[in-house]
Amino acid sequence: MKMNGARILLECLKMEGVDTVFGYPGGTVINLYDELFTFKEIRHILPRHEQAGVHAADGYARATGKVGVAIATSGPGATNTVTGIATAYMDSIPLVVITGQVPTALIGNDAFQEVDIIGITRPCTKHNFLVRDVKELAAIVKKAFYIARSGRPGPVLIDLPKDVQIAISEFKYPDSVDIRGYKPTIEGHPKQVEKAVSLLLGAKRPVIYVGGGVISSDAAAELTELARSLGTPVTTTLMGLGAFPENDPLSLGLLGMHGTYYANMAMTNSDLIVAVGARFDDRVTGKIATFAPHAKIIHIDVDPTSIKKNVRVDLPIVGDVKDVLTRMLKVVEEQDRVEEFRAGLAPWLDEIAGWKAKHPITYKQPASTIKPQYVIQKLRELSDADAIIATDVGQHQMWTAQFFGFTRPRTLLSSGGLGTMGYGLPAAMGAQAAFPKRQVIAVCGDGGFQMNLQELATLVQNRLPVKIVILNNNFLGMVRQWQELFFEKRYSSTCLELPIDFIKLAEAYGAKGFQATKPDEVEKVIREGFKASGPVIMEFKVAREEKVLPMVPAGASLNEMVLNA
Amino acid sequence: MQHTIAVLVENEFGVLSRVAGLFSGRGFNIDSLSVAPTNDESISRMTIVTRGDEQILEQINKQLNKLIDVIKVIDYTDESAIEREMALIKVTAEEESRAEVLRIVDIFRAKIIDVTPKSYTIEATGAPAKIDAILELLRPLGLKELVRTGPVAIGRGAKGWKG
Ligand SMILES: Cc1cc2nc3c(=O)[nH]c(=O)nc-3n(C[C@H](O)[C@H](O)[C@H](O)COP(=O)(O)OP(=O)(O)OC[C@H]3O[C@@H](n4cnc5c(N)ncnc54)[C@H](O)[C@@H]3O)c2cc1C
Ligand SMILES: Cc1ncc(C[n+]2csc(CCOP(=O)(O)OP(=O)(O)O)c2C)c(N)n1
Ligand SMILES: [Mg+2]
Repeated sequence: MKMNGARILLECLKMEGVDTVFGYPGGTVINLYDELFTFKEIRHILPRHEQAGVHAADGYARATGKVGVAIATSGPGATNTVTGIATAYMDSIPLVVITGQVPTALIGNDAFQEVDIIGITRPCTKHNFLVRDVKELAAIVKKAFYIARSGRPGPVLIDLPKDVQIAISEFKYPDSVDIRGYKPTIEGHPKQVEKAVSLLLGAKRPVIYVGGGVISSDAAAELTELARSLGTPVTTTLMGLGAFPENDPLSLGLLGMHGTYYANMAMTNSDLIVAVGARFDDRVTGKIATFAPHAKIIHIDVDPTSIKKNVRVDLPIVGDVKDVLTRMLKVVEEQDRVEEFRAGLAPWLDEIAGWKAKHPITYKQPASTIKPQYVIQKLRELSDADAIIATDVGQHQMWTAQFFGFTRPRTLLSSGGLGTMGYGLPAAMGAQAAFPKRQVIAVCGDGGFQMNLQELATLVQNRLPVKIVILNNNFLGMVRQWQELFFEKRYSSTCLELPIDFIKLAEAYGAKGFQATKPDEVEKVIREGFKASGPVIMEFKVAREEKVLPMVPAGASLNEMVLNA
Repeated sequence: MQHTIAVLVENEFGVLSRVAGLFSGRGFNIDSLSVAPTNDESISRMTIVTRGDEQILEQINKQLNKLIDVIKVIDYTDESAIEREMALIKVTAEEESRAEVLRIVDIFRAKIIDVTPKSYTIEATGAPAKIDAILELLRPLGLKELVRTGPVAIGRGAKGWKG
């Protein structure tokens, strides 16, 4: 059938199973919006800022595992998407972002609202496309979705000039894609897998170090089975939280800069690390020279560039986590030394139990002021088992990671790699759009919340009942903590001074607001907030100078943690 | 260590900046880069000379392969390959030195491609070391201008890059 480019794009989205897009109109996408007006198969949600639109698509993608889609106009609309795209890129989140562009004949002329978004986003997309001819459009969209979701997922941008949206062509969606320069290795090499199992069964002090790749590969079940069948302890990165249930005795929780004492001690003292979909980020390794000095390293990752980038690796396995773990499970089943191996781990597990007992993740809740950690614990107690938690960036993010106790994959949405303040609220919005019936909670700091608070309007308008938790310390707390520890408490520009009336703010947007100032009000506010229909702000005035501990200072070794300061 | 890497890429808009951006964005060195289409019109070939320790070179290879528009990466350092470079060299050539320049050109099997009463312009081709050598001899005579293409490389033997 013949149709215009704008319509072709929408038909392609439909073919890709897209049910929701987040977008903001403007001159160079007005034709696309005109088609959307009558295209009922796709729900369009209008955020109040394009950055938030991309974060919402990202939250949608993290919560569902599908590709998130966002639309923006050319020029300022396109540049507003950049932070959202870079956030998704750093965390390997599949997105397709569509930007309008000035007509092809004007490209390069400094036309009104022209910007070289292809050039700008080249280093923060997995790939990007400028569509020069409507005849190429369907094939490009097909490739974009394939690239975004396969291999190591990531954001792909399609720049769509206005004249291409208007031009008429025959619509035919390609059945398959073949890109000769892009053939991700999915299947783990059987020999490498066998070697990995035999290395593992020879270890006395093994640790499984789990990252976001396990979530993106939907391999939490396989991972959990492997760890349990081998009785081997598991630590997760921020991005891996939820891949292994934290209430399992084998769980060591988070590792790294704000990881648990026992996870970091286990890494440092291990003789074998199995890295599964994790990329040895500097927040995780601490000082490289002293990282896990006694350990052999097995590294499973779909992206060869992740392997041996930061640390030496003894056994690399390139492949999709789910495929590799499935193969490993099969090989393990065929072994007769598993029982012996498990018995041999007893001294190691005892040592770990000792570390757990010595320095558990803990805090003290006085009667007078609310400790932020207490709020997170109460949230866990009072929220649904399948609740989705989006966080912003800062201390509250780390307390959520340390104290919530994640047990299911895709229930924590957090900007890890880029650490983007302003991410939490719009990401929660995207997740809520995907799952209207599930409880979705945005845990924010008072600083980051204000970076995208305009989305309260989107929540109210679209009846997205996100429960917003603000841990209000009236500080840019994470930076303040660094100033306290490393800059003699010179709180340069980290005190937010002006107190905000978040209750009135909620009401101004037509949402509800609740506030707790004392510990004994915390539970009541959470219950009321959860019970109320529609979007809600729950503000907790928390201890202002509380620190996130333990902490591995920048440049220190993983076992040199500040435990109480 | 210096490596010569051939990169076969889709002959598409923006590919050069993807490759160049990869090097600058990740702090990899480019000593030289040359690019032109191949016998297959849809494919361009880049020859990049770069430097780094083993780990960096491994990353360069992997990162290049990761680009969607990159079809194949061949690192010639481990394989036996032939490298050739061309230089256009404008040298001062007045009375006393004219004969000397001609002698050097002759020894290196280079060519004079432009002559004026005060200068010769020379075309020299060969392995990069040969170009370095001729330049060393010409430099004392007065180099006015120098253009080098950077090396291009091809594997020895009967096989093409597709095998
Ligand atoms: C304030 C702040 C503090 C932080 N502190 C910590 C901290 O204490 N501890 C911590 O862990 N993090 C911390 N982070 C997060 C940190 O910056 C990194 O984002 C995080 O450690 C990276 O997690 P990851 O290694 O799981 O990698 P991800 O970014 O999730 O990367 C996933 C890896 O898996 C691979 N992969 C993806 N999909 C697949 C697949 N299907 N199959 C196989 N492989 C796949 C990818 O190629 C990649 O190598 C902090 C962030 C902030 C903002
Ligand atoms: C967009 C952006 N700007 C600056 C930073 C640096 N930064 C990291 S955490 C933080 C403080 C966040 O304060 P708040 O949102 O109140 O959270 P808290 O740490 O107090 O819980 C800052 C400024 C950032 N991560 N992102
Ligand atoms: Mg704060």
